[in-house]
Amino acid sequence: MKKWMLALPIAFILSACVTINIYFPAAAAEKAADKIIDDVWQLKNGEKPNVKTVEPKTAEPAAEPATVESKPAEPAK
Amino acid sequence: MKKILFSLIVLLNLLLASSFTNAAGADLEVNTPAISAIKSSMQARHSQLAAFYSSGAIGLTKDGLIAVKDASAVPLKDRGGLNSLVAAENADRNNLYKEIATANGHPEWQGEIQSTFAGRWIDKAQGGWWYQGASGWVKK
Repeated sequence: MKKWMLALPIAFILSACVTINIYFPAAAAEKAADKIIDDVWQLKNGEKPNVKTVEPKTAEPAAEPATVESKPAEPAK
Repeated sequence: MKKILFSLIVLLNLLLASSFTNAAGADLEVNTPAISAIKSSMQARHSQLAAFYSSGAIGLTKDGLIAVKDASAVPLKDRGGLNSLVAAENADRNNLYKEIATANGHPEWQGEIQSTFAGRWIDKAQGGWWYQGASGWVKK
């Protein structure tokens, strides 16, 4: 008697499976776009070269004290 | 009844598994030779385009391409060159979107990839460049 009742959730779940598999991966696409744009425009890590944002000169002091060796003092090339 | 429950659980598992597969393959393939070729062509062209972006001669359109915004920012004799640069860039961009979609086995994603790029180009544009907003050109 309940066979048809069972068919409903199954149909629903199956359609959900299909939907998920063909769903456009928006986050992955953004990531891919960022990577390509950085390459084409030669941006480093997504920085906008012309825009002066907050300069992190005093690099987060909250870094793990264990990494003493990697001091933020960057030697000029 | 047990059978019913069992089949429901199996289906749920399948559902979860498929979403995990989706998450695991979360990166889009963008490292094909075709895409790399388009990228380096665009990269080379960008050195010529950069000045035009800054002067407002060209701008980023809301559909992920570029367009001549103000040809008068360019000397008359250079306008032909500008137009062909823009045309070449747009051809590359359209190809890029198509290649990414096909490289990932979903040619039908081209439009969505294009609109994703549209937003990202504008987001990453330098200050002073122009882009198409909802109601016309906007200076960033």
